[in-house]
Formats: sequence, structure tokens, C-alpha cells
Amino acid sequence: MTFNGWFQILLYFAVILLLTKPMGVFMAKVFNRERTWLDGVMRPLERLLYRLTKIDEEREMSWKEYAVSMLLFSAVSMLVLYLLQRAQQWLPLNPQKFSGVAPDLAFNTAASFTTNTNWQFYSGEQVMSYLTQMAGLAYHNFASAAVGMALAVAFIRGIARKEAKAIGNFWVDTTRAILWILVPLSIVSSIVLISQGVIQNNKPYTTVKLVEPQQVPRAGQDGKPVVGPDGKPVMDTVTEQTIANGPIASQEAIKELGTNGGGFLNANSAHPFENPTPFSNFFEMVLIFLIPAGFTYTLGRMTNSQAHGWAVFAAMAILFFAGVTTAYWAEARGNPLLTATDQRASTMQPGGNMEGKEVRFGIANSALFATITTDASCGAVNGFHDSYTPLGGMVPLANIMLGEIVFGGVGAGMYGMLIFVVLSVFIAGLMVGRTPEYLGKKIEAYDVKMAMLYVLIFPLAILVLSGISSLTSSGLAALGNSGPHGLTEILYAFTSGTGNNGSAFGGLGPNRWYNLSMGFTMLVGRFLMIIPMLAIAGNLAQKKSVPPSPGTFPVTTPLFTGLVVGVIIIMGALTFFPALSLGPILEHLLAGAGKTF
Amino acid sequence: MKRNLITAILYTVVTTVLLGVVYPFLMTGLAQLFKDKANGQLMTKNGRVIGSRILAQPFTGAAYFHPRPSAGNYGADNSTPSNLGPTNQKLIDRVETDVASLHAENPGKPVPIDLVTTSGSGLDPHITPAAAEFQTPRIAKARGISEAELRHLVAEHTEGRQFGILGEPRVNVLELNLALDEKYPVLR
Amino acid sequence: MSKTKSKSLWDAKIVSHALLDCVRKLDPRMMMRNPVMFVVEVGSVITSVLLVRDAMRHVPGFGFDLQITLWLWFTVLFANFAEAMAEGRGKAQADTLRKAKSDTLANRLLPDGRTEVVPGSKLRSGDLVIVSAGEVIPGDGDIIEGIASVDESAITGESAPVIREAGGDRSAVTGGTRVLSDQIKVKISSNPGETFLDRMIALVEGAERQKTPNEIALNILLAGLTVVFLLAVVTLQPFAIYSKASQTIFVLVSLLVCLIPTTIGALLSAIGIAGMDRLVQHNVLAMSGRAVEAAGDVNTLLLDKTGTITLGNRQAAEFVAAPGVSNDQLADAAQLSSLPDETPEGRSIVILAKEQYGLRGRELGSPQAQFVPFSAHTRMSGVNFDGRVIRKGAVDAIQRYLSENSSYLPKEVQATVETIARAGGTPLVVAENGRALGVIHLKDIVKGGIKERFAQLRAMGIRTVMITGDNPLTAAAIAREAGVDDFLAQATPKDKMDLIKKEQAEGKLVAMTGDGTNDAPALAQSDVGVAMNTGTQAAKEAGNMVDLDSNPTKLLEIVEIGKQLLMTRGSLTTFSIANDVAKYFAIIPAMFAGTFPVLNALNIMHLATPQSAVLSAVIFNALVIIALIPLALRGVKYRPMNAEALLRRNLLLYGVGGVIVPFIGIKIIDVIIRVVGLA
Repeated sequence: MTFNGWFQILLYFAVILLLTKPMGVFMAKVFNRERTWLDGVMRPLERLLYRLTKIDEEREMSWKEYAVSMLLFSAVSMLVLYLLQRAQQWLPLNPQKFSGVAPDLAFNTAASFTTNTNWQFYSGEQVMSYLTQMAGLAYHNFASAAVGMALAVAFIRGIARKEAKAIGNFWVDTTRAILWILVPLSIVSSIVLISQGVIQNNKPYTTVKLVEPQQVPRAGQDGKPVVGPDGKPVMDTVTEQTIANGPIASQEAIKELGTNGGGFLNANSAHPFENPTPFSNFFEMVLIFLIPAGFTYTLGRMTNSQAHGWAVFAAMAILFFAGVTTAYWAEARGNPLLTATDQRASTMQPGGNMEGKEVRFGIANSALFATITTDASCGAVNGFHDSYTPLGGMVPLANIMLGEIVFGGVGAGMYGMLIFVVLSVFIAGLMVGRTPEYLGKKIEAYDVKMAMLYVLIFPLAILVLSGISSLTSSGLAALGNSGPHGLTEILYAFTSGTGNNGSAFGGLGPNRWYNLSMGFTMLVGRFLMIIPMLAIAGNLAQKKSVPPSPGTFPVTTPLFTGLVVGVIIIMGALTFFPALSLGPILEHLLAGAGKTF
Repeated sequence: MKRNLITAILYTVVTTVLLGVVYPFLMTGLAQLFKDKANGQLMTKNGRVIGSRILAQPFTGAAYFHPRPSAGNYGADNSTPSNLGPTNQKLIDRVETDVASLHAENPGKPVPIDLVTTSGSGLDPHITPAAAEFQTPRIAKARGISEAELRHLVAEHTEGRQFGILGEPRVNVLELNLALDEKYPVLR
Repeated sequence: MSKTKSKSLWDAKIVSHALLDCVRKLDPRMMMRNPVMFVVEVGSVITSVLLVRDAMRHVPGFGFDLQITLWLWFTVLFANFAEAMAEGRGKAQADTLRKAKSDTLANRLLPDGRTEVVPGSKLRSGDLVIVSAGEVIPGDGDIIEGIASVDESAITGESAPVIREAGGDRSAVTGGTRVLSDQIKVKISSNPGETFLDRMIALVEGAERQKTPNEIALNILLAGLTVVFLLAVVTLQPFAIYSKASQTIFVLVSLLVCLIPTTIGALLSAIGIAGMDRLVQHNVLAMSGRAVEAAGDVNTLLLDKTGTITLGNRQAAEFVAAPGVSNDQLADAAQLSSLPDETPEGRSIVILAKEQYGLRGRELGSPQAQFVPFSAHTRMSGVNFDGRVIRKGAVDAIQRYLSENSSYLPKEVQATVETIARAGGTPLVVAENGRALGVIHLKDIVKGGIKERFAQLRAMGIRTVMITGDNPLTAAAIAREAGVDDFLAQATPKDKMDLIKKEQAEGKLVAMTGDGTNDAPALAQSDVGVAMNTGTQAAKEAGNMVDLDSNPTKLLEIVEIGKQLLMTRGSLTTFSIANDVAKYFAIIPAMFAGTFPVLNALNIMHLATPQSAVLSAVIFNALVIIALIPLALRGVKYRPMNAEALLRRNLLLYGVGGVIVPFIGIKIIDVIIRVVGLA
């Protein structure tokens, strides 16, 4: 670890801290339908949109109608994405003439992008046409992010409202998230990214002449080198390199801003065309946390308890620093098995474990990015987690296992965190001898039931599917690594899928089983968890509000922050420790003992 | 339910046009403000496009600086990492093979880690100053120039941290090799 | 707190009953009500079956498997024992009550005025019975004729007889109590099996125990956690198989049982029963567990001034003479008017006159002396004696009296009256022969220590509101002196009701005490309504608790017991979950260190062998239940402090403590196992 490395991490956090309030205030205004400076442009557009889609913007919804609307929209738009992939060969904007996507992969991808997961069992520049990328994948980056934000706002309203039946209008919340927040920020961000070198065009791929022609062994059909009659491998001369193109910047912006994470290109934000400079990297990281961090302030503002918003922010910040410190430490230490190399940090090199990482980002920024992308449910990567050290790779895995509540996905992080807050408050309330209250709302059996359902679905899907995969041949066939690392790959896949993260231990390749089971678990992890969450929101909204007194446990203090952090860690650790002990922990210990697989 | 279903269908159509078509085309239009960058910072030599400034291309000759190994053979239309785990024997073997061949050209010196590890994209255009320094004796010898001269050229092509803070110091291999060819051409 | 009927925790009789009961409770139908312990029982059955199979096949490691199985059964039994202990304590109380219930005969009044003898159990609501001295009252009811002294010790434990009389607020009698003197006519108010005594027995036995809202919520949380751990353990086997380190069912069940919150699961119902039991020990009967829980949640306490905040009676403190009247003159008149007055106020006036002015009590033997008792009409009392017409009464009553005698109240007296009222006193004006002599200052005496008590309540976030019939000035002064947060002066039953509704509309829970029939609606409306046992049957029906001691201050203790109940649950839940950390560090390395010796790095307790590690964790898990039974039955210590401080304390004690204790406990057990050579 270096001084500069820590300086960059702290600088990053400082920027997030500074942006939290302005972002939070703006979002609160947008969702409260207050006046903003963007109204002049967006209000006419909003009205037009409502007219075209038959939305009555004054009509509010019960939690059930809110949930049904959300499900209908997700179902319809998911179907469109599926069809778009299947039909892309007949549609325009396909200069590379890619064929239609296979059904199981198309299902997996449709589920993945509808659920804000962006798990990718394909290589973008080899499979998806520009139209599919723009109107299918990038579109869902907007839609799923806006839906997430709408849901979080609905949940906050549930807390804030008293004796109310409705928690807002799903269509209005989604529309305002898109028009006031996602679109303007995406436009500005795209331009910033283009200025750094993220490409944005609709051209066919470029062929360039190599400076130094290369002799490469010819590969046979089985992938093995072809051997000539003289017993030596047959060599081919390669004189060209084909360079991918595409409308990347416009997708890159919303990919980070909406915590989607699905790369236009296979290498995601490690690719110089997606993330060309250290500043573009910094900027992308800021975009990931921008909305989730702002939501903590929105929470405080909409519930009239700004201190509570900051207490939640503090809990997230603690977990963030715990993660980034561990990851940075582990990666900077390097790989103990690579004994013949120089992994020490110096002025000449960042050192550390550089497999799967880019030189321009080095160790600090790669560890930071891995932490951020899994704190939030983003899943974009600028270095490949599969090649991280066992503990460095465990940080992103653990972050997702905790529920992606460290700032978290846009909206999803907020409501995920609030579920933990509800559970923390319940236990704390009992310990101070009162029926637990959260911001004046009594937490009762129904709320606990729904919160436990939310908490339960997550490990259920992850552990059961991982268990099946680690025993079946189709589960094991797709592994890119063996030994404990292979188990981690399985665990990571289902954790990332159920958690709607989308980052991967990429060694695990696609096959029919994973396409389908992952597609399934992404849908479960999104929609089955949203329903109990909205049920709590609806239930809280109709409750009376009890004014706070010295007898109620305050949700604004360091003690509260500490309690929430404790509950999150204990819940996550107790659920996943056995599995982790056979995955990354075992691998770490074995690596220390010099064992390889 | 029915009312919301109709809205869901209409909403998908309308927003797809707005966000999936209008928005990206708008950005492609605006991108022309940065024409070079929006198109991948292509470099030309003698009227031919010879590569992107920000993508690695293979160099294997003794007279060139070598980029980092690529898990995807420098395929710029198929970026890929190795995805080898830290305890994977294949990784250890690969690194050990590369270390052995590098030690052959520059014995006794520890091999900078980035020179024997594949990058995330397989297209990392940079190496660390340490990796450039490690290769200096070989290239100086191949080009028949002094190491000091070469170090000077490397230093000229070493980028510091952006704004003095962000990222890590690095050397762009393609640019350095082009400069090398320009300044110290190999006599054939 | 004065007289608690507390028993030793480990009363031999209760323990021996509990030992039997804990086996009886193994019935799966009963176990199912407690999902956590049901899982343990299922686990025990599975390991038992496997044990028998292994015994027949002579599988190695039988000794270890046997020990695990036994300790799993012990875990279930210990949980049952905890519940049985709690129930046993209640049953012991019920037995005492049942003795009072031995069937009595009743003299039922027939419509024609004659009586017939019927068994008490045949009486129905509405029947009229005659009860004479020496007889046991056959059922609950109200006295409609007569007055009697009644021995209620069967219910209250208080041996001093109490007076019960027709009309007013002391008309209720309870079946099973004994009339000591006189004869009364009682209108029965309950049907067979529904009497107060019946309900009380059912209550303390826990037969009617329904889970309270918070208990249900907590049960859901615990069931959820159990499922989570079930998942974690069940899916560990595939991962273990992948790692080529598959586990035996014995070890997996051990891990599961150690992880699921057995500690709180085992003690949860005992905590609930014990909470009710603690109330009973304070001579309070709660009609439902829900009421006890609500008591912990109360935001606002409505307290009757008299008896709760002040001593029951006002006392004369001072004589303030009118201009031109000497204090002696006033004292003399005041004393004369009060001599025949047997009310406590009256007596205190006589005493004050004697102490301050040396006026001895005189016999008003003369036949001319005519005592004029207080009447609701005149609202004055006094005496006509030797041609002196002395009257004393409230200022408005005397004013009217004076104006009838074409006189008036001097300004100075008026001012005195106001000063006294503002200071919280009750001014009593004395007039003689149509002329105002001055004012007697009657003072409310605020109970000692009550102010501190209210301060504690405030720290706990509970607002106190004093209810009084006094005028606002007087009320304000007493409120200030007693340190209550608010007061309701000149309160009518309707005012009280409105206040409760207003508080409830703000989402607050309200507790109050009451005894009279006109309190009944408010008692019913309030969230915690504590009826005084001396009160009317209507009041007792309306409230959800009855205080057998009829001590309104008891409300404060009820609140504390309610809070203690919730705190005990919360603290033990935290403890239970926190314990899991150490158990992981004991069992996970033990499971896999055989295949992967590097995992011994996680064996931070340095437990001797994998077998002893697993066994130690299971034994600790079982023993901790027994160790915590006293805490569950007594409740965690309650200290009045604000929520933040309370939480910090309990988190430190049960959260951090819960992490540390098992590390030590498991290590000690491991050492013992090694020394004894069990594994």
C-alpha cells in the first residue's frame, strides 16, 4: 500500500461526501414534485410522455398496485429485450452482421439487464449489434435504474407518511427519475468520458496494419496448435489488428450512473475504450456512488430526519472503508506463489497482484473499483476479480453477500439498507424495553415477517443453486479454475446474480445450466425481494406515527450506526461463513502454504 | 391491472425511442466535438492506420518494447482477461515460463510483475516504468544504442499520474516503439 | 413492592414437577409451537436413528456420536425444563388460589323474598344472594344492600379486613372471600367458570397464555434465522463434497443446533410466563400478556392526584384570619365547626388548632350544639352552638351563604383564598354568623420520593399527567411540586376520556388507574387500564389489569415489568446470536482441518481435537440454557435511563459479552473433556 494509493482512495471518498447533499436535495425535490431548474426543459417532455402513455400523474397507488405496475413494466420490457436479441440479424445498426442470440443466452441476458444485474455470459463486441446495445441493453440500464430509484422513493414514503394508503405513482416516479436525474447526468457524463477517450460512433470495426507483423502458431479446430510435418508448430503471419467500435460512451455513462455495470465490450471498464485514463476511472467510480450516496440525504430529507440520513451514510462509509482496506491490503501484498517476480511497490511500479489489472489504474484504483462496484450493485470492473488474491477477491464477494447496501445499487441499496435498519431497530427496540419504533413507526410482526422474507430469499437462492452446481457435472464443467477457487467461482456467480450485481469470477463460462439458473436467480433476487420490501412500505405508510421520546431508541447516533453495521456483518457472516471458509479463506491459507491447483 | 398493462406497453415503446435511439444518436452527434477521441485515437503512418494509441498491439522482436502479455492475443475486437485464479497452476506455470525467458535476456534482475501478468483487457497499452527499465538493455543492444540514450527516450514517454494524483506512472508501448523507430531505426 | 410473594427460584417442589414436565413436553405437537426447539428435536431424532443404525453396524466413532446425540436431547430437555419451571411457579400460585375456590353454598334470593340454598357453582349473572357473617361469598358481584367487613386474604394475601358497602366505589366483592361481620345482599355479576378467581387461576397457570404481539414478531425473526442457518448447514455438505471433505450427519446437526438461536428459543416462553408471574408477585393481575407488553410501551401515564401523587388526605396547615379578626378567634371557630366532623380534613383542623393555638378539644355535650353535616346541596358543614352559627366550606359556597345573609367576602379574604389556591392548597373559608372570619389552608401532601420517580419516567420517555378535580391553580401548583409533566384540572370522566383519545390519536399508548364506575369507559379506552381491587365490578371489567393492593402507584412498577419483559427477550436474542461467532470458530475448523490442516488457523481457541471441539460447542450450547434460566425468570436488570444509554449497556453486556463468553466457555469445556477423556 502506498501513500498515494490511500490519498486517491480518500480523495474519492471526499468527493462522494461533497456530492451527497446536493444530489440528495435534488432527488428529494424531483420525487416530491417540487420545482427544479430543469423544469423548463423536462416538464413539457414529462407531460408529453404521460399523454402518450395514458398516465394520470395525479393518481397515487397502493403498494400492491405499485408492485403490479413495476412487474408489468419489467415483464414487457424484458420481453422486448429478448426479442431484440433474437431478431438482431434482421434489424439495422448491425455492421458486423452478428447473428441472432441463442435462446438461453438471450433469456439470461434479458433477465440480467431487466434486473439491473448486467451479468454477461457473452462478449459484447462479438455478439451484440449496435441496435441491441443501444435500444436493448443501454435502454435497460436506464429503465432498471429508474425502477430501482422509484422503489426506494416508495419505501421512503412508506416511512415518512402517516396513516396513508398510497405510496406514490410508479410511472411518475420512474419518469421523473429518468428525465430529471438519469438523462441529464448521462448526457454530461458521456461528454466527460468522450473527452477522456471513450469512443462513441456507429462505424464498423476498424482494421489496422500492425507495426510489427507477428508469427503466431496456427490453432487447429480443437484449439491446439497445429504441428507441421517437421514436428514444429505451423506458424501464421498476422499483419492486422481489428479494433472494435460502437456507441460506447453513451452506454458507459448510464452503466455506471445506474449501477448497472454491463460493459459494451467484454473487458468492461478495464478496456481502454471504456475507461481510457485514470481520470475517466475516477469519474466512473464517482458516478457509481453518486445516486446511492445521495439517497441517504434524500432519506433524511423526506423523513424529516437529516441526522438519520447521515447515520445511515456513516454505516455505509464504515463498511466501505472496511472493504477497500482489506482489498487494497490483499492486492498490494501480491501473489505469494509468484516468487520469481518483483511485486514490491516502488516509484517505478505499483507492484502487487497485477494479473487481470491495468497499469494505468495500478493496485489502489483496482482494489477501490472492485470494492465500489460490489458495494453498489454495479458490477462494472476495471480489473478481473477472478484473478484477485483470495482475500482481495473475497471482498467483492462479501460485499455482495452483505446485500449491496454500502451505498448500494441505485435505489436497491437504499431499500436493502433500510430492511437491515428495520431489523436492527427491532432488536434494539426490544433491548430498551419498547415495542420497536423506526422514525415513529412501530415495527410489528408483519414488518418483521416481510423483512425476514427479504433477508431469507437471498441466501436461499445463492446457497441452494451453488450447492446444486458444486455437485452436478454441468455445474462443474463450466469452471475456469479448480480447487477452492472453483467453488468461489460458483458461489460468486450465484451471489452476483441473486444480488443483481453482475460482476463475475469470469472463469466460469456459460452453458445451458448457468444461463438458465442464473437467469432465474437474477429474477428471484430482484422481484421476489422487491415484493416483501414494498409490502413493508405499504404497511408502514398506513401506520400512525409515534412522536419520538427519550424512551425511543434514537436512529441518529453513532450507537445506531454501530448497531446497524454490526447487524449487517453478523447476519452476512453467519449466513455465508461456512461457504466462504471452503472458498476464499481456504484458498488464502493454502496459497500461503504454497499449494496450487 | 389492464390499464397498467397498456401503460407498460406504451411506456416501453416511448421510452425505448427516447433512451435507446434519440439519446445515443444525440451523443454520437455531440461526440464529434472530440472527433479523434470518439473514434478511438487512431494513429496513421505513411497514410495507413497502424493502430489505436490507447490499445496494445503485439511486439515480440528484440528491438521493440514488449507490451504486457495478452490473454486474448491482442485481439482488439475480443478483449479478454485470463481469469486465472491466484492459485491456478496454469498461472504459475505461465509466469514462470515468461520469467525464465525474460531472465535469459536480463539475468539477475527481478522481473517487474506487470511484465509477466496479463492485463484485464488484454489490450493494456501501458507498461510500468519498471517494466520499461527491465527491457532497456535488450533494446539498446538490438538497436545498437546506449542504455542512457534509451532511458532518456523512455523518460520522455513516461506519463506521470494524471493531475499529479490519479492513477499510476506508465509508459505507452506503441508510442514509445514508434518513437524508437523514428529516432533509432533498426538497420536492416 | 412492599409485599411480594416471591419464592426461591429453585423451590424443590417446582423443580421436581418441572423435571417431569420437561419430558412430557417432548410431544412433537407441543414442540411445534416453538420452531427453533422443534428443529433441535428433529435433529435429535435423526441422530438417534442413525446412532442405532451405527451401533448395529459397529461404525467407529460411536462414543462421540452417542455423546452428541445425548447432548442434543439435553438441549431440548433443558428448553422444556425452562418452560416447565416458569409454569411451575405459576401453578404453585394457582394451587393456593384453588383452595379458596372449594365449593361454597349460596343463599339465593327468590323473587318472593324467600331464599334457597344452591351450590355456588350454579349461580349465574344477575342472581341475588344473601351472605352473612362467617360465610364465604359464593361469587363475584356488587353489594346492593348493606355493609360488611370482608376478609380478602385468599386473593390479596392481605390479612386486614376491608370494608365493602353498597353504592359508591367500594361495592365489589369477589367470590372466595369471607364476610366477617354483618350481612350483605350481593348481585352476582359473573357466570360459572368466568369468575375472577377462575380467570386468575387460568392466568397464573399460563393455560390461557397467548403469544403477545412482540413475542410473535420475535418468533418470526427466530424462525427466519433458523431457516437461514438450516440453509447454511444443509448447503455446506455439497460444498464439502466438492472439497472432498464430506461430513457426518452428527457433525452437521451439531453445527445446525449450535447456530440456530436455541438460547432464546428455549427461554422465550419462560420469559413470557415469568413476566406475568412477576406481576402476580406484585399483586397485579393482568388479563392478557398483551397488556403487560403494552405497559412497557406506554408513552403517557394518567395518574390520579389523590393517593398516587399526594397522600390521600389534605391537611390543615395554616389559619389566615380576615382583617379585624384574630387568629385565635378564627382557630376557635374552625375547631368548633370541625369537632364533630369525622373526616380526615376535619380532624386535621382540630389538631392544627390544638397544636398551634393550644385549643383543647372540647366536648360539645350541650344539647343546643347542632352539627350541620356537609351536604351536596349547601356544600358547607358547620355547627350551631350557643347561638353561634359557624359554617366552613369552599369559597363559592361560603360566598353564596354570605350573600344570603346580605354580607360579603372581604377583598383581603378573597386574596388569601387565591394565594392559597395558587400555592396548591385548598382554601376553606370559615364564617360565623354571616361574617367571614378567615381561611383555613388545607394542604395536599405530595408523597415522598415521587418527584424522583417522575424524573426517571421522563428519562425513559414517559410523560406523566396528573388528573385532579381541583381547580387549575391548585392543580398547577401540585403538578409543579410533584414534578409531573402536565395536569388535567377539574377533570370530569369525559375530560379524561378526551385526553386519552387525543394522546392515542398521536400514536401514543396511555396507561391509567381507576376504581369508580365512571372510570370504566376511560379504563376500557386506555391501553393499560389498571383497576383497583377495591373498585367497582364495572371498573374491574373495563380495565385490563387489577391491582389487588389497590395502590395507584403500582402503575410505575407495572411499566417497569413490561419493559423488563421486552428487554429480557431482546437481550437474550442478541446474546444467542452473538454466541454463534465462537461456535463457528469451534466447529468449522474441526470439520475441515482433517482434510485441510491449514484451516487450523481458524481454531483460535486451540481446541484439542475436532471431536472435542464439536462436543464442547454442543455442550456449551445446552448448558447455557440452564445457566440463563434464572435470568429468564427474574428478567434482566432494569434501570431507568434513556434508550440510548440502556441500549449501550445491554449491547455491551449481551452483545459483546455474547461474543466473548462462549469463547471462554467452549475452551473450558474442551479442557474438561480432554481431562476426563471423553473425546
